[in-house]
Amino acid sequence: MRRVIAFATLALLAGCGPSEPQSSGGPPAIRRLTEAQYRQSIADIFGPDIKVSGRFDPDMRTDGLLAVGTGRVTVTPSGFEQYEAMARNIAGQALDEKHRDAAMPCKPASARVPDDACAAQFLGRVGRLLFRRPLLESELKAQVEVANKATQTLGNFYSGLEFGLAGLIAAPEFVFREEDPEPDPAHPGSQRLTAYSKAQRLSFLLWNTAPDDELLAAAARGELNDKAGLARQADRLIASPRLNDGVRAFFSDMLSFDAFDDLAKDSVIYPKFNINVANDAKEQTLRTITDLLITQHGDYRDLFTTRKTFLSRPLGLVYRLPVETRTGFEPHEFAEGDPHAGLLTEISFLALHSHPGRSSATLRGKAVRELLLCQIVPAPPANVNFSIVQDTNNPQFKTARDRLTAHRSNPTCAGCHKIMDPIGLGLEAFDGAGQFRDGENGAPIDASGEIDGLPFKDAASLGNALHDDPATPACLVTDIYRYASGHDPVPGEKDWMGYLQKQFAADGYRLPDLLRRIAVSDDFYRISPTPSGKPVKEATR
Amino acid sequence: MSMDFGRRTLLKGMMGGGAVMVGLPLLDCFLNTNGTALAAGGRMPVRFGTWFWGCGMTPERFVPHTVGANYDIPVELKAIEPFKDQVTVLTGFQALLDGRSNFPHSSGNIAVRTGSAPDKPGEVKAPTIDVLIGDVMGTDTRFRSLEMTATGDPKHSYSMRNAAVTNPSEVSPLALYTRIFGPEFQDPNSADFKPDPRIVLRQSVLSAIKDHRDRFEAKLGSADKARLDQYFTSVRQLEQQLDLQLQKPPPAEACSIPKSPPDGTVGTDIEQATRNHKLMAELLAMALACNQTKVFNVVFSDSASSLRRTGSSTNHHQLTHEEQIDPALGYQPQATWFVEQSLAAWGQFVATLAAVKEGDGTLLDNTLVFAQSDTQFAKTHSVVGIPVMIAGKAGGRVKTGIHIAGNGDPISRIGLTVQQIMGVTVDKWGTQSMQTGKSIGELIA
Repeated sequence: MRRVIAFATLALLAGCGPSEPQSSGGPPAIRRLTEAQYRQSIADIFGPDIKVSGRFDPDMRTDGLLAVGTGRVTVTPSGFEQYEAMARNIAGQALDEKHRDAAMPCKPASARVPDDACAAQFLGRVGRLLFRRPLLESELKAQVEVANKATQTLGNFYSGLEFGLAGLIAAPEFVFREEDPEPDPAHPGSQRLTAYSKAQRLSFLLWNTAPDDELLAAAARGELNDKAGLARQADRLIASPRLNDGVRAFFSDMLSFDAFDDLAKDSVIYPKFNINVANDAKEQTLRTITDLLITQHGDYRDLFTTRKTFLSRPLGLVYRLPVETRTGFEPHEFAEGDPHAGLLTEISFLALHSHPGRSSATLRGKAVRELLLCQIVPAPPANVNFSIVQDTNNPQFKTARDRLTAHRSNPTCAGCHKIMDPIGLGLEAFDGAGQFRDGENGAPIDASGEIDGLPFKDAASLGNALHDDPATPACLVTDIYRYASGHDPVPGEKDWMGYLQKQFAADGYRLPDLLRRIAVSDDFYRISPTPSGKPVKEATR
Repeated sequence: MSMDFGRRTLLKGMMGGGAVMVGLPLLDCFLNTNGTALAAGGRMPVRFGTWFWGCGMTPERFVPHTVGANYDIPVELKAIEPFKDQVTVLTGFQALLDGRSNFPHSSGNIAVRTGSAPDKPGEVKAPTIDVLIGDVMGTDTRFRSLEMTATGDPKHSYSMRNAAVTNPSEVSPLALYTRIFGPEFQDPNSADFKPDPRIVLRQSVLSAIKDHRDRFEAKLGSADKARLDQYFTSVRQLEQQLDLQLQKPPPAEACSIPKSPPDGTVGTDIEQATRNHKLMAELLAMALACNQTKVFNVVFSDSASSLRRTGSSTNHHQLTHEEQIDPALGYQPQATWFVEQSLAAWGQFVATLAAVKEGDGTLLDNTLVFAQSDTQFAKTHSVVGIPVMIAGKAGGRVKTGIHIAGNGDPISRIGLTVQQIMGVTVDKWGTQSMQTGKSIGELIA
């Protein structure tokens, strides 16, 4: 027996398990910064007290992720008008009397006339952080000239420098993340990202912000093209508390939390639901996620069954629970047998996938399929007569289950609704604002259902079914790669996806381990500028 | 010609009421006989805009029975009755889909605005008419166009160059006010004009940014190049806006600077939307009168209207599908209520433009507003007979006050005619069965 174990240990040390297949790589991307990335980059570069006020062109959800849409969107005229105004405003704050000493690496010879050397020192330093690479000589020279001219016009060095700085902040090199390929010496004939482009993928994936000074320095030294150097940086970023920001940004995208921006609930039907509840519901879920996945280093699948969460006072009203902490959150564990268990029973999921004045088994079922299992639900046909379905005054159909059964017996609707409604009906014990209820219109709620043939009896057992469904972790792997790379996996990346999914299981579904595997893999940085074939939707089951 | 009649003094104190739209008439000797042109030859500016509401109408309660002038007013058109002679109603034109799916609430809207029905959801094959018209007539104002929605969601905009370039809507009256009348606003009627030296410096910043274009051109594939091209086009447009800021603006007699609106809430509650729509309409009217833009797009409710009523579990869109037709009334009472409220807002919008005196006419007389919905009868997503209305005479170029029945003609005929009226050189517009070279003669004055 001992010999067997010793042999197994040896095999582990030798790196047993499937070997990593070589991916074809996908196309390089040019992606517009999201609002969060823009704000975080500015805060990192100029300090957290710099205010960014303005309207951003809306992001575009593409194939389920805003991150994929960032590779499709551009900047409209009114969007640029805003970028330009924000750039001037940020530059003005960064160089005002309060901030300039911290921002400037030098003092101008005179505060009233141009000092090109000092201007160049400043613009070169922040330009490298803004452009996420050192400025080209021509770029720096142009900005110094702008600053020089402005200083002469305005008679003030700092006011003039503001214009040089604003030009960098409004430039496409800051607003967009560019990726540059180069030949890969380790694999002749194939291409990889340049070191600075690698630094960007790494930093935006793990921290949702631009590379910091140290990462850029590592890129400059060529360390990111070296396995050990890359691993050192990946480990540094993963070990940082800022990994929370990256993980929160990913799940906010995956769970469509941008929809909270225009989430409205009817104040008469759901008097407890207000903006504080909405904000805290989002925060509750993000805290639950980062606590389980990062702090506890837990199993991703447990998100769907965990009874541990965090509550604030506004949430306590909806959960009907006392919350001692006056402002902010406190940990809470729901008792065994409580209807609350897992992400699906949190207000964020229940309220987001409901109508303003009532719950929706259809929307919730659709969200489980699309957001959590990466499956596509077809759009409804054009000429649907819904009146047979939702006559809430019909005494025969008191509950949503009654009404939806009528729906699913209509052959036109049945095809799609039978893949959504039976899942969503498992959450019917929670109303459109996410509050637990015993019945609807005086009739008891039957929250049983089935998901792909697996029957469940209530929300908690639906959570168990999702926990055990292999599509759940497979979807996470695919989504993280799509989020990180900005594209759907192309055929040549399929094997690598399968490999990552297997490794995720072997790692016990630990998210930081998955992130590390992606971050240190050559496949993550491989580029195929003209991939053969169209992107395929990763089959997750 | 000096326009300084001491009107600032006269106007002082008159704007306290918020909605007061006062313009002092130009002295008659400056005008030609119909008030649309200055005697020296310069015409009053003509403006174009769209006004959108979601979820259509109830055909039996909307479509006038008589065609031509002096049409009858069915109940859902009640709100335009006071402006009947200034509004033309177009019914019975259809969006032809050529066998493609009718994507609910999007196929019809896109077809009306672009002359091409989408092949797949979210597709926009050609620019919307406001963009085409803006390219021709929007270049000499501070803003090429202004977009706004009363629903609180900036994504509710149907002004698109393509699917990736949707001009986002302003959602807050205060933000709209600040954008137009904030610190960068130059009063066209101010006696002293000193261009801000910072404008030239901003231009030098933009000029330096434009030099980055070559580097991108050299390395990007065609799709990404188009995206970056759009970015640089946007840069150039701002440059042109700044050019205008360097010149003394021509006086605008109807221009008076409105008061800043309160910082209120935005959202889909219909009362909230109605309130914000009214505030935005008033700001827009003054933006037009002050020559800040000539093109605009107003969304009262989104396609598949998400407007709702406090206390009701079902929003407008859901009602159109779920509410029973009342057998006694013959229509869906609650859904229809939303139609009436939407069209009341339309009436209000028209009234707001009509209240601004310009020349010896009104701002409305010098504007063409193209109002439209996404469906005819929303319950069935019908794209046959999507309602369109045209308000204002566009400086005497449009015939208003008539009802035109389309008899199933492609609805692109309306878009084609409107573009021609607004000065776009186009003789054929639309694709497949929607391609047409036949403008609507009755509409042209």
